[in-house]
Amino acid sequence: MTLELVLFIVLGAIAIVAALGMLFSTNAIYSALFLILNFAVIAVFYLILGAPFIAMVQITIYAGAIMVLFLFVIMLLGAEQLRQTEQLLRWQRPLAVILGVALLGLASFVLLSQGIGTAPGVPPAADLFGSPGVIGDRLFNKYLLPFEVTSVLLLVAMIGAVVLTISGERKKKRQRSVRREGPPV
Amino acid sequence: MIPTSYYVILSAILFTLGVLGVLLRRNAIIIFMSVELMLNSANLAFVAFAREFASVDGQIIVFFVLTVAAAEVAVGLALIVAIFRNKSSISIDEVNQLKG
Repeated sequence: MTLELVLFIVLGAIAIVAALGMLFSTNAIYSALFLILNFAVIAVFYLILGAPFIAMVQITIYAGAIMVLFLFVIMLLGAEQLRQTEQLLRWQRPLAVILGVALLGLASFVLLSQGIGTAPGVPPAADLFGSPGVIGDRLFNKYLLPFEVTSVLLLVAMIGAVVLTISGERKKKRQRSVRREGPPV
Repeated sequence: MIPTSYYVILSAILFTLGVLGVLLRRNAIIIFMSVELMLNSANLAFVAFAREFASVDGQIIVFFVLTVAAAEVAVGLALIVAIFRNKSSISIDEVNQLKG
């Protein structure tokens, strides 16, 4: 058992336990913190897999920006715990567990029966593999159009978030003022 | 070097946990976090295959997935806030007004 394998098993166990912790925490804040731990472990996996740039992006965007947004919304709404409601569909939980396990089994079977990754595999040749320079070169040459489309996507998301969170009163007030003053010229 | 199949199995396990989170939990925010977990497990598989085939393209895809996840979170959390304003609850069992 090499050192690398031991590292993989330990990190994998932490990732799975963190995911389980997210799944079963009753408090949403704890769920978010477990998810941050999971993201950090996955960033370490990216480093092992020769993707330092993606690892840093993972930390800054996922653990930094996205999860802070989650924590902010949880605390803003005070929605750490739900009111206890009666179970609407009694058979849903056992069925969900059975289907989940079946999905895991099927996915593992299909992926492994293809013989993916059982070959020794070519280790990445250069030290530069996955470095910011290589990623940037590929991003701005081969993937320039998708990159530009991404900026439109982000703009749409920004406008959507602003429109959805405008409070109802302000919207009503604006409609009233429009009605009083006539349509804007 | 750890075989790629190990990473793929780990990714499948994390994806299944995300699916279970979506199916089992009633808190809309936790369902969103489970979706993030699924996106992340797919990213892990992408990066593992990028190493397997010694190609940077897999890592570029991860970059795009990250962008989509950020956009999705911004809109999704705005939706959750809007639902909370209406219902003062984010349990998805109480969002059933379209039901006949």
